[in-house]
Amino acid sequence: MSAAAAPRAASCTLERRGERVVLVLAGDWLLARGGPSAAGELHDVTASGARELGFDCTALGDWDSLLVTLLHRLDAACEQAGVTLLGDGLPEGAQRLLALAGAVPRRGEAPPAHPVWWRRLLGGQILAGAWRGLLDALGFIGEIVLACGRLLRGRANTRAVDFFWFLQQTGPAAIGIVTLISVLVGMILAYLGSVQLRQFGAQVYVADLVGIGMVREMGALMTGVIMAGRTGAAFAAQLGTMQTREEIDAVRTLGIDPTEFLVLPRLLALVLVMPLLTLYSGVLGMCGGALVALGMDVSWTQYLNETRNAVTLAHIMTGEAKAVAFGVVIAVAGCHAGMRCGRSSEAVGKATTRAVVSAIVWLIVADAAFNILYQRLGI
Amino acid sequence: MRTGDPHIEVRGLTMRYGARVIQRDLEFTVNRGDVFVIMGGSGCGKSTLLKHMIGLLEPATGEVLYDGVSFQRAGAAGRDALRRRWGITYQSGGLFSAMTLAENVALPLQQYTPLDAAAIADVVAYKLALVGLAGFEDYYPSEISGGMQKRAGLARAIALDPEILFFDEPSAGLDPLSSRLLDELILHMRDALGVTVVIVTHELASIFAIGNNSVYLDAESRTMLDHGDPKELRERSRHETVRRFLARAGTEGT
Repeated sequence: MSAAAAPRAASCTLERRGERVVLVLAGDWLLARGGPSAAGELHDVTASGARELGFDCTALGDWDSLLVTLLHRLDAACEQAGVTLLGDGLPEGAQRLLALAGAVPRRGEAPPAHPVWWRRLLGGQILAGAWRGLLDALGFIGEIVLACGRLLRGRANTRAVDFFWFLQQTGPAAIGIVTLISVLVGMILAYLGSVQLRQFGAQVYVADLVGIGMVREMGALMTGVIMAGRTGAAFAAQLGTMQTREEIDAVRTLGIDPTEFLVLPRLLALVLVMPLLTLYSGVLGMCGGALVALGMDVSWTQYLNETRNAVTLAHIMTGEAKAVAFGVVIAVAGCHAGMRCGRSSEAVGKATTRAVVSAIVWLIVADAAFNILYQRLGI
Repeated sequence: MRTGDPHIEVRGLTMRYGARVIQRDLEFTVNRGDVFVIMGGSGCGKSTLLKHMIGLLEPATGEVLYDGVSFQRAGAAGRDALRRRWGITYQSGGLFSAMTLAENVALPLQQYTPLDAAAIADVVAYKLALVGLAGFEDYYPSEISGGMQKRAGLARAIALDPEILFFDEPSAGLDPLSSRLLDELILHMRDALGVTVVIVTHELASIFAIGNNSVYLDAESRTMLDHGDPKELRERSRHETVRRFLARAGTEGT
């Protein structure tokens, strides 16, 4: 690799010299500058019928991997065509690199197939995968139920310290965002109702709308969405990273059931916290509604009285029942995605996405199911 | 710029995490064409020193000079130019798991060369062949073994023909045979490409097999005890700690 004064363009030409063909290499062959593709020369070497290929490097300037890449291709082509490659005309370093590159033979085995998504869709693999995922999720829920049974009999490896840690992580640490969202949703409901109610001069019923709306529906649903994004995703990422770092394998080989040890504390903490946060969210939502109502000539006392009449214990319990179910859905979605995570950084990303998406989908499905049930039961 | 000239100079380097001093007053020179070993017991700051040399961490005091140019005093453009001359292999390969091996090796080529896709594919095939992974272009890192991941990491590190190759624990987690093959590969690369190699390791077999210059970091006194050719240090180091560390190789029958 001598130092050249001015850069010269790389070139290669094929010459026939008696019995052998000679590739004349000239100029600077550098990755940073690029060179000729040499596809034609490559073809000519194999088509020429010559039995030997030599090299003339008298005009060769600087070179690096770009040159050896060409030689590597030539080497493979020559071997296929039965041409002997005579490397003695090449710089010594290039000869050595070429030998090193050819030291380990190419593997014959085909790489594993990575079909694109639409091929897998046509092949039914995506559908089959979804079906297997559903069965697996059912199995996972079954494991949780069994682990809960063992916990009740006091024979589970669930540590109280983990439970309290997740209680702190899912509850108090989420108060800020739940406050903000709840007040805003309460205000949104109030504005939505006031547009219609004002036409009848019935602004005071905004209190009914906001109160019942928050307690029965929006409190649980919005808290659920927040927790799916905040806590469900965190569960999936924690467990997924533990999977990549073989921590879950370690738990298993220590003879501890990972469902008891890792999933139960998360699930129980979330199931306990969700109804409390939902209650809190309902109250904050009513405060938000009151702010809007005060601006529409409804007095504070009127709003409070109306709310007290409208929001019954039955309304509150329907919302709380939803909250418990949502807590289960979010924790199961997050933990399932995390426990079934692959072992690469990309897989952790996928697990987190799957946790949030499936949690939100099943939240809405469960919410619809609850509403149909309440309708039928007349609650 | 001949073999034997000073290539990397570490001058008065003190490394610190917050108030905790890891190593102080490090002073040594790596010559062009050396296989330089950073050695020492666990937790003495070997990997931290490597991270300081490649600019991932800022020194508390002191500097690292490359061909007389201080990395710490170079601006953003100067640092980029220096970085482009390095190839770095990380402890667990550091391959991007969402990309195939070919895409991993192609990334620096796409970034820094004017080559088109076909030319890059050719270079990638050559680089993978060089580390003994010909035909593994379309595998994802998770589909090959740990030793192969390390070699693939090496293929990516040498994609741009670096002048200096850094290795962080190349043989950690490898069986003795794979570890020896990797050592041989490193030597071949050094001979064929004329690169300077800097290796963090505590594998005595590797230290004697490939190292011709080294520095010993001591966890107790938080500074370097000695530097030089490890084979000479084993016999003639002024410090008993260093001699003992290196002599264990004899008892293990390397």
